[in-house]
This record gives sequence, C-alpha cells and structure tokens, in this order.
Amino acid sequence: MGMKPVRFDHLLPSTLEEALSMLAEHAPDARPLAGGQSLVPMMNFRLARPTVLVDLNKIPELAYIRDAGDHLAIGAMTRERAIENSDLVRAASPLLHDATLNIAHLPIRSRGTIGGSISNADPAAEYPATVLALDATLVARSVRGAREIPAAAFFDGVMTTTLEPDEILAEIRVPKAPPGSGGAFVEIARRHGDFALAGVAAQINLDGEAVTDIRLAACGVGPGPIRLTAAEDILRAGGLTDAALAEAGRAAAEAADPEGDVHATAAYRRKLAGVMTRRAVKKAAGRARKTV
Amino acid sequence: MTDTRKITVTVNGERLTGAAEPRMLLVDFLRDELRRTGTHVGCEHGVCGACTVIIDGDAARSCLMFAVQADGAEISTIEGLAANGEMHPLQKLFSEHHALQCGFCTPGMLMTAMDLVHNSKDHSPEAIRTGMSAALCRCTGYVGIIEAVTEYARQVHGDAAVADRDSGENSHG
Repeated sequence: MGMKPVRFDHLLPSTLEEALSMLAEHAPDARPLAGGQSLVPMMNFRLARPTVLVDLNKIPELAYIRDAGDHLAIGAMTRERAIENSDLVRAASPLLHDATLNIAHLPIRSRGTIGGSISNADPAAEYPATVLALDATLVARSVRGAREIPAAAFFDGVMTTTLEPDEILAEIRVPKAPPGSGGAFVEIARRHGDFALAGVAAQINLDGEAVTDIRLAACGVGPGPIRLTAAEDILRAGGLTDAALAEAGRAAAEAADPEGDVHATAAYRRKLAGVMTRRAVKKAAGRARKTV
Repeated sequence: MTDTRKITVTVNGERLTGAAEPRMLLVDFLRDELRRTGTHVGCEHGVCGACTVIIDGDAARSCLMFAVQADGAEISTIEGLAANGEMHPLQKLFSEHHALQCGFCTPGMLMTAMDLVHNSKDHSPEAIRTGMSAALCRCTGYVGIIEAVTEYARQVHGDAAVADRDSGENSHG
C-alpha cells in the first residue's frame, strides 16, 4: 500500500485566525499547505518532512480577487486557474495573466495557488519574478499582526523568503497597469509546462516611443528571481531601438547568475536571459502601444 | 499508534467511505482503499498526469493531494465515463484514432481531455496541443490523441471552435 511521505499531523483550520494560532503553536515544525503542487512532491520524495501540516485549503477568506482602486488585492489561496480565468486580472494586470498561463499545466493550476508559489520561492517559478516586475506588495500575517513586505524584500535565496516561521503570506497587492503601459511574460522550457530554463517578466510604460518606466525580472537564471536593473536603465535612456535592446539583452545576460544542470549549461541559460529580455520587452511594448 | 481517519468521497456519483492516514495520497486511497483501480499512478510527483481525476469540477493530480483533503469532494474518474455498457464518445474516439497502445496513460488522458473540452474556452489546435501536454504518453507519439480530442471538441462545440486561428501576436524577435 503506497505511503510515500513520512507521518505528519494534518490540521484543517476553517478561518485565518485559527490557522495562524496553529502555526504559532507548532512553528517551526509546521508548514502551511497551500495548493501542494510543489510541497507534496517534495514530501513524496521525502525531501520535505514536516511533522505538522496546517492545511489552508478550507479557508474561504483567503481566496479572492478584489478591485481595490489603484491595485488588485488577491488572496493567497486563490488558485492559479482562477487567476487565469479572471477578466479583472486580464484587464488590470496583463503581465500577471501572461505569467499564469506559463505555469505548468491546467491540472496543476487547478490546485496551485499564487500565495503558495510565491512563498515556495522556487528560482525557476514564474510568480516570484512577476511580483518583482510588478512591484507588488506582499502582506504577511501572524498572530503578532500584519506586515507589508515589498516584493523586492521578500525573496532571500533558493526557496527561501523573509517570512518568519509563524507567518503566512495572506494577500498579494498588484498595482494596476496604467494606460500606456504593457506587460508580458516570456519563457523558454524544454517542454511546455516544464520549469523554465529562463524566463523574463516585463512591465513597461511608454510615452510615444519614450520609455517612461520599466521593470524587468528574470527567473530560472539565479538563486532567486533577479531584477534586471542595468537592462532597465539602458532602455529608459536609449528607448526601444534595436541597439538599446541588444545592449539591454547583454546587460541582462551579465546580471544572470545561473547554474548549469542536466537541462542546460550555465552559459546557455545566461544567453537565454538576454534573448528572453529582448522578447519580453518587445511583447510588452507592443501591448503598451495598443492601450494608448 | 496510527492516526487513521474516516474519509467519505463521492466517486462517479457513488458515496464511498474508507480509512486513510493523513499521509495517504488521494490516488492510493482511490486504488487501494476504495478499490477503484481505473485511475493509474505513474510518477507520483505530478509530472506524468496518469493519475489525473476531476475533483469538484476541475482536473487535478490525485498524487499531489492527500485523501484527507478530499473528504466530502466529488470526484470523477475513468470508471464513470462509460454508461449502460456503452463507451463514452471520447473513449470511442480514442479507439477509432488509435490514441492508445499500452493504455497506461489513458485514464489520465481521458480526464485531462474531459476537463479541457468541457471547461476551457479555447479549443483551437494550439490550445488542445498545449492542454494535452499535461499528460505524458510513451507509446503513441500523441498524433492519435490530439486527433481524438480535437474530434471530441468538434462534436461538443462545433467546427468553428476547433478551427486554426492566428493569435495575432508574434512573441519572437
């Protein structure tokens, strides 16, 4: 009879308050269970051996997509599939929508959650780079209260975040894309649905052909998501000329800090970081021109 | 001292109860505890798609969920497709298009396709290929599978739904 993970206790809170108390009581041995699409495989391989799981799947107050004026407020337990199907997300944050379509496969997105993916902080995952490029605010909750963390201060190396053991990510605040802006996410994987060898999230504001604001972040090419500030500066100064795009691609490749593995060498991933940067910027700029 | 819990699920309309430790995966619960062995278990880490079932309306990997999480859920598996001794139209199309050889991946392929055809809005050739890439087949080379699912989408949604169309956005350059 199949029993892959080690024994653990399964706690099933029905409110956020209850979940936070359970986590406080059992930290640091407890782990929150979100969609489970990364944690459960790691448990099946016994790479993760939590002794207590605080299952967040029956907490309705953590699953929502709300229009909050200048931003979207997204509950951490919102399924990727719900984000993919949300007209609100598609209109207010094309970058977030694009990134979602690149995550694994539909049956994985049925269960996978935005909060789980961000908290898991896999270097190759789409959402961590996306929230960096979106300049999103991540709201952590614990029995001690709420804490707003800028996405830029959330990721802390391979599968590590600045969340405390008794905290969970409760809400993701995504600034709405203003008129004249465009967002895009592009990635390369060996097979569709595999983790990306390299991916880039781009959020761009245009005034005519002048770049008034741009944020770029890469996944798959470092220990965590990487903000590509040098490439941003080049495009902000040089506009979207072929020369500036080529230079930005080279800067992105330089900023990348990839490791080689069986799927791709470090040098190839570094090259892809540049190529994905150029493609993401072109696609985002194309969308920005259409919204003017 | 084993912490065993009573779990009740509705499988293809039938209410079934069994016992599960928290660490028992849903796919093992279906197969070993409820003796519904139509759902296959392959890679056990969410990659191959053989264990795909429909849980409360959406296709999901039953190897990436614990049985305790499915307590009270409505689950559809391959055993629920045929009715009155007649194969489901999708099953007939898999047969006609030679969309299976060894058959190991077929339960997951069928449930993936049911979700894709009935719950997704896009049934263009690209969307069907992308959607069916959620499940791995090591025998067929996929051509028959794509043909069968495309034909099923055509039967359900009409010719226009499965027509090729230009996405109008070139992402390369």
